[in-house]
Amino acid sequence: MLNLNTIPIKTAENILRVHSIESFGTHDGPGIRMVIFLQGCKLKCLYCHNPDSIQTTGGEEYHIEELVQMALKMKSYFGKKGGVTVSGGEPLLQAKALIPFFKRLKEEGIHTNIDTNGRILNHFSRELLDDYADLIMLDIKHMTEEGYVALTGQANKEIAFNLAKHREDSGKNMWLRYVLIPGLTNDPKLLHQLGNHFKDYKTIEKIEIQPYHKLGIHKWEALGWEYQLKDARENTEEELQEASEILKTYFKEVRIN
Amino acid sequence: MEVKQFKSGVWTEKVNVRDFVINNITPYHGTHEFLVGPSAKTQKLWDLCKQATQEERDNNGVRSVDTETISTVSAFEAGYIDRDNEVIVGLQTDELLKRTMKPFGGFKVVQKALSEQGVAPNENLTNLFTKYVKTHNDGVFDAYTTEIKKFRSLGFLTGLPDNYARGRVIGDYRRVALYGIDFLINSKKADKEAITGPMTDDVIRLREEVAEQIKSLKEMIELGAKYNLDLARPAQNAQEAVQWTYMAYLAAVKSQDGAAMSLGNVSTFLDIFIENDLKEGIITEQEAQEYIDQFVMKLRMVRHLRMAAYDEIFAGDPTWVTEAIGGMFSDGRSKVTKTSFRFLHTLYNLGPSPEPNITILWSESLPQNFKDYCAKVAIDTSSIQFENDNLMRENRGSDDYGIACCVSYQALGKSIQFFGARTNLAKTLLLAVNGGRCEFTGKQVVEGIPEYTDEYLDFDKVMANFKIAMKEVARVYNDSMNIIHYMHDKYYYEKAQMALIDTNPSINIAYGIAGLSIVADSLSAIKYAKVKPVRNEEGLTVDFKIEGEFPCYGNDDDRVDALAANAVADFNNELKQLPVYKNAEPTMSVLTITSNVSYGKKTGATPDGRAYGVPFAPGANPMHGRDKNGAIASLNSVAKIDYKDSLDGISNTFSIVPKSLGSTEEDRIDNLATTLDGYFSRNAQHLNVNVLDKETLLDAMENPGEYPQLTIRVSGYAVNFVRLTKEQQMEVITRSFHESM
Repeated sequence: MLNLNTIPIKTAENILRVHSIESFGTHDGPGIRMVIFLQGCKLKCLYCHNPDSIQTTGGEEYHIEELVQMALKMKSYFGKKGGVTVSGGEPLLQAKALIPFFKRLKEEGIHTNIDTNGRILNHFSRELLDDYADLIMLDIKHMTEEGYVALTGQANKEIAFNLAKHREDSGKNMWLRYVLIPGLTNDPKLLHQLGNHFKDYKTIEKIEIQPYHKLGIHKWEALGWEYQLKDARENTEEELQEASEILKTYFKEVRIN
Repeated sequence: MEVKQFKSGVWTEKVNVRDFVINNITPYHGTHEFLVGPSAKTQKLWDLCKQATQEERDNNGVRSVDTETISTVSAFEAGYIDRDNEVIVGLQTDELLKRTMKPFGGFKVVQKALSEQGVAPNENLTNLFTKYVKTHNDGVFDAYTTEIKKFRSLGFLTGLPDNYARGRVIGDYRRVALYGIDFLINSKKADKEAITGPMTDDVIRLREEVAEQIKSLKEMIELGAKYNLDLARPAQNAQEAVQWTYMAYLAAVKSQDGAAMSLGNVSTFLDIFIENDLKEGIITEQEAQEYIDQFVMKLRMVRHLRMAAYDEIFAGDPTWVTEAIGGMFSDGRSKVTKTSFRFLHTLYNLGPSPEPNITILWSESLPQNFKDYCAKVAIDTSSIQFENDNLMRENRGSDDYGIACCVSYQALGKSIQFFGARTNLAKTLLLAVNGGRCEFTGKQVVEGIPEYTDEYLDFDKVMANFKIAMKEVARVYNDSMNIIHYMHDKYYYEKAQMALIDTNPSINIAYGIAGLSIVADSLSAIKYAKVKPVRNEEGLTVDFKIEGEFPCYGNDDDRVDALAANAVADFNNELKQLPVYKNAEPTMSVLTITSNVSYGKKTGATPDGRAYGVPFAPGANPMHGRDKNGAIASLNSVAKIDYKDSLDGISNTFSIVPKSLGSTEEDRIDNLATTLDGYFSRNAQHLNVNVLDKETLLDAMENPGEYPQLTIRVSGYAVNFVRLTKEQQMEVITRSFHESM
């Protein structure tokens, strides 16, 4: 489907392992975006709606130039706001290959965005964030360590906060995302904690509340994994508004995505 | 002429509405916030209209019909919905939604349509039209060749306007308001004087045509008098400007029942009068909106007498009162005015509606506030369509144009077009694998194509045969069109519209094709997979077995998209070789109306794997469900068809689930406007936009009573969803609704 003649041989440095691609993404960053869901994540969040993107094996290998060419075909629809978002999985696991990819996108004048859990802060991810990512959307999983571990299966939530601090110090734009799960993350105390932690950050343009939904359950079943949040329920409109009201006291823009 | 309040120019001395608009427009760059709701009078009237349309639906689609009168410009006494509340008056007859006989297109059609309502034309009339008066339909069939009749009856040529009126001719209805009819009559008289010998056929014909036009103008004055309006003089204020313009349009739809009778591009013209009255404090915004609401209401009530079979090609009783709104002047200024907004706003004040067929002439340079409002209206109502203003203006030459029917450019008052319906290109392709025989009957349709006996289809051989088939179909198509338009001019000349168009305008003939995506995918299957025809004992292919994968049109894949673009170019080139009546310029469209369902029934299995009977995709759309790479890839494929090869338009219908456009209203508006910019920046020509969930449509099928105004864009026009047949509704539902993953 693409003219591959112009695309060089794939090597470890120029491939991205891709779970799937959405060509008309309107929920992952500003404007209309090509959203590349990368394969592989070290967390295993209980509500993950793309559990088949967790395993680090699998996915389809794309040469970065192949992805650049796809983005160029969509570029006229990006308008002033849109662009390319890498999501996942966890895109920063492939930070090394994302550097030349984002570099190419910037050469083509395309806005870049990373949707991340923020758990990888090495020299590759720093270079990527500092030099090539116009925006990052940092997913704040939980404000307490216990909650974080219970939700993601991994310890040390501070890593993500360190990444947020790094982004703040770089002066470049950031959005926060927060999955709102009744009974697990919607305690007003947690929301106030979240607000207090970030209220002085100048780079945060907005926070997006991601209402919990169960659309991914069948994928868990297909993988033969047990879905542990079976008893959780979706938010009521009131719960969403209540959370939104609290966060509005700390952030200049709050939206329900 | 009272013109002192307006800036003069070329228009003051001779008929030139564009010049008046250019000199007097007040472009508007603000938001929609100035708009007001419907007045009490408007609401009362609209309630009566809604009640009447409900009665119409309850009564099998026809509320009442006249069997006594030949409808002409001045036929019937004045009719009102509720006189005290009408600020813009005028109906086609003396009664709301009454349908009338216009027998000059074809008397048999009138008889058939009436008999379906259990009535018959007045006996004297029947006597006249069966013994003494000849119609367009009679003339055409006198001249048709055996070959044309065969192509027509076997379904290679379809929907030809040989037994109904051709429509498409757009009178410049603004002229009546700006100049008054006396001025127009004098102007036509002067034109006629200047048409002198030697008296060859065309000169004699033109003199006769202008004489007819002058008579029609006089009849328009009579029509006005029935409503106590002095149309002989120019409109003096905004209310009169709207009223005069409507009367001119009414004259057209009283005397003609063309399939599509567009309004043109009146909003910005009317704005000049409205702006003037607002400035002078004569009216308020409430009155300005009231004029437009009531004008639009009247346009929604236009009806023609149609037989049931007509519904197969034009479902949902459309009238195509197409009003083009927006666009840019060639000098770079925007044509958007407050009245552009007021027209769109009728979709809130009166609710969604297929008519008038509101068409936004889109340019990236339009004021952002207007673009956003258009996007909002599309999202909220699924009632409007978008066409590429930059592309049409730059390729066709005028910045003062309307859209005839769905997608066809027409410079207002300067040019007309001859409507040509369409040929079935998918069926033409089947000729290539059947030795030139019809795939159903085995009748020889085209000579010179060798019988195909290979086990697998070979791309080069099929293409060579397909080119022969296209050449032959083009030839017969052209023959039929020349006969049709010769006869239409002779027996059912559009004298009212033509009276409002320059004498001897330029003409383009509007050929069309259907089945483009099937042709592209079939050629792709033959080229990239292995296609094995299954033949019956007569050697006709009844099915195709495909081994392997092939790229489908609609996925932004050049391998197949080029096949689509080339098929359009090839057929257009064949058409361009042929001589046309009145030296019209050949143009072509990729458009199906709703006949994509009936084309499916009339086309056997195709090499792309489509089974016999499966509906075609509408217009230039990819086949349902085959555009798997998302909305943008689908749009990009269609955008590759070169407008220069299809100057009469390339229709694409785009359906998207609201949530997929974004999570907030602001995002949805922004993303739709950006999508339109993106699509049209790739030189695409047209986009119908539906923003709705399939569930809504399914529910409307179950509970039609709850969705009387649910409107959906189908192919260059919109319909009331509940007025489609079940089959057509199902076809709409199986279309690709773009959704996020």
